[in-house]
Amino acid sequence: MLTILRQIAVTGIKTEAMPAPADENIVVARLQEEVLRTLGRALTIRQVDAGSCNGCELEIHALANPYYNIEGAGIRFVASPRHADMLLVTGPVSKHMAIALRRTYDATPDPKLVVAVGDCGCMGGIFGESYASLGRVANVIPVDVAIPGCPPTPTALLQGILAAITAHTPPKAEPESSSRTE
Amino acid sequence: MNLSGLGLVGAQLPGAIPAQRVPVSSGQLLAACRLGWEQGSRLVALWISDDRDRARGFCLHIALHDQEGVTLLEYTIPDASSAYPDISTIFPAANRMQRAAFDLVGVASESDDQRPWLWLASWPIDKFPLQRDFVASPKWEPGEETYAFVKVEGDGVHEIPVGPVHAGIIEPGHFRFQVVGEKVLRLEERLGYVHKGIEKRFESLRIGEAHRLAGRVSGDSTVAYAWAYAQAVEAIADAAVPPRAAWLRALALERERIANHLGDLGYLGNDGGFAFGLAQFSRLKEDVLRLNLAAFGHRMMMDYVVPGGVASSLAAAYAAQIREQCPALEREIRILRDIYDEHAGLQDRFRTCGRAPPDLAQQLGLTGLCGRASGQEFDLRCDFPLPPYDVIAPRKMTQTDGDVAARVTVRFDELLESLRLCSALIDGLSDGEVNAPVPEPPPYRLGLGFIEGWRGPVFIALETGPDGTIRRCHPHDPSWSNWPVLEHAVIGNIVPDFPLINKSFNLTYSGHDL
Ligand code: SF4
Repeated sequence: MLTILRQIAVTGIKTEAMPAPADENIVVARLQEEVLRTLGRALTIRQVDAGSCNGCELEIHALANPYYNIEGAGIRFVASPRHADMLLVTGPVSKHMAIALRRTYDATPDPKLVVAVGDCGCMGGIFGESYASLGRVANVIPVDVAIPGCPPTPTALLQGILAAITAHTPPKAEPESSSRTE
Repeated sequence: MNLSGLGLVGAQLPGAIPAQRVPVSSGQLLAACRLGWEQGSRLVALWISDDRDRARGFCLHIALHDQEGVTLLEYTIPDASSAYPDISTIFPAANRMQRAAFDLVGVASESDDQRPWLWLASWPIDKFPLQRDFVASPKWEPGEETYAFVKVEGDGVHEIPVGPVHAGIIEPGHFRFQVVGEKVLRLEERLGYVHKGIEKRFESLRIGEAHRLAGRVSGDSTVAYAWAYAQAVEAIADAAVPPRAAWLRALALERERIANHLGDLGYLGNDGGFAFGLAQFSRLKEDVLRLNLAAFGHRMMMDYVVPGGVASSLAAAYAAQIREQCPALEREIRILRDIYDEHAGLQDRFRTCGRAPPDLAQQLGLTGLCGRASGQEFDLRCDFPLPPYDVIAPRKMTQTDGDVAARVTVRFDELLESLRLCSALIDGLSDGEVNAPVPEPPPYRLGLGFIEGWRGPVFIALETGPDGTIRRCHPHDPSWSNWPVLEHAVIGNIVPDFPLINKSFNLTYSGHDL
């Protein structure tokens, strides 16, 4: 126990102590403000891998590390689309995943945001469209924001998520937002 | 592998890895496989290519390997209606490979199990994407299939279907558990959801550019795949790689291993109920990725390995930073390792959980990191040490318990060993070119790549076409051999331990579904 505490103390709070590229911390802070202002509470994200090479997933995972500390900004990844405000979708959509992706989209309560991640999610990437791939996410479900990159860096991901919640003015925000808080 | 007992002689294949190709007739195919099995060979890959345009029917390729190298058995199948002998009676892992080969090429084995494997009703069942006359139609809509899962019956037995969309940030796949109470009686996997036509896509790329696609077969192993692909190209083109480039490739490969092992150790702690571990290890992993970005131009080092060498040299300042990072990481990892080792709760979750005992591992062909945790002492870096591994001499890390704890131990041991290797690589790094021009490979040649990625041996078979085109490329992940073993390792465990066991295997979906 003592070693654990010592390690925690020695490590310190990396989210601040980190000599990071300047914009990284700013992005997190702005994101937190926007989450609070726009949503008035935590943003919940359901990640869907619709056919990626798993590279994008690794960078999405990195958002949870102490440097980016996405939970600290009020953003949580949830296990069910029914609990989600946003779908974060990677990959060229494989044909085999198309139905599951549409169902996930339908199960997400309105108003919902969809962010397409990576060169593949934005435009099909190196895999393109084929007998097995439907290409970009927007070919299958409506997309609000696309984050290019192969894979996008965690900072780019944060910026894209931020863009989605600032730019988005939900069509019928008032009546429908209540159904999301059940 | 010595096939002289069957009167068979192989022709040596060019390239860095010792490899022979052996044509076999129908009577010799099973005999050769059985002889291989008796000599301790392991199944690496099985795939079929359509050679009807060259009046050769279809060709079944079976790659085996042992301590002497790779043996590629080649069996000609005259037409799509003739089945070939079922190899899974000797190498169980062949079952899914044979089914996948049918889904893509349309030639079946004689096995009783003819269920589709990569086909999930998104294209007509009688159309085969890797047949040369295949034409896709935009009218084909995604569909749904009914898969014949094996059902367990009895008092109190129920079924839990999971996926393809999982609760966490992981790749999609379907798991069907048959349980009684909390205890798993049977797990059956249904994969193929991320099949995105990679093998077909290879055929539309040029030899000189397809390393980018190879590096995206499974993003977490991008260096291993790109290197294996480059190795195959260089074998066919008879191209040499400058020494500095070979050393930088190894540096990238070891840093890929370090990053993935760090990530896994964090998640294994987390899945064992110890979030502290995730915070600590994910921090260390981020340190590695950030230095990768500075030193190699990409956090995951995608597109760093190219045919002929590497994409860029390593600036002296970054070499120094990488060298400094090694002891710094080692210090922290040793502290964390002690914490993991002494944490009673964690050890309680890890020990005896998800066991794949050595005899089972041997029988089913468990490979790579998981194999080494179950007493399967194979590591290409040690067994066929290509430069620079012949100089830096990696140590093989093995365990015999075959449980989650053993897979954690192997990760810790390999992590520390990779840090030692990275230091040695920087210390011994020579000056010079990092890229040499690769002449255009002649057509209709076969080249192999075989690289020990962090997960296990990554295999690529490349066949060239005329004018710098790719005729066929089959990338093969060690996960093909390991997914079926996961089904066994879970039996008798409780359902809530599945995420932990699954994580300890950490197999790729994308690299398997292709
Ligand atoms: S964008 Fe790049 S990293 Fe992401 S899924 Fe596509 S190939 Fe992989």
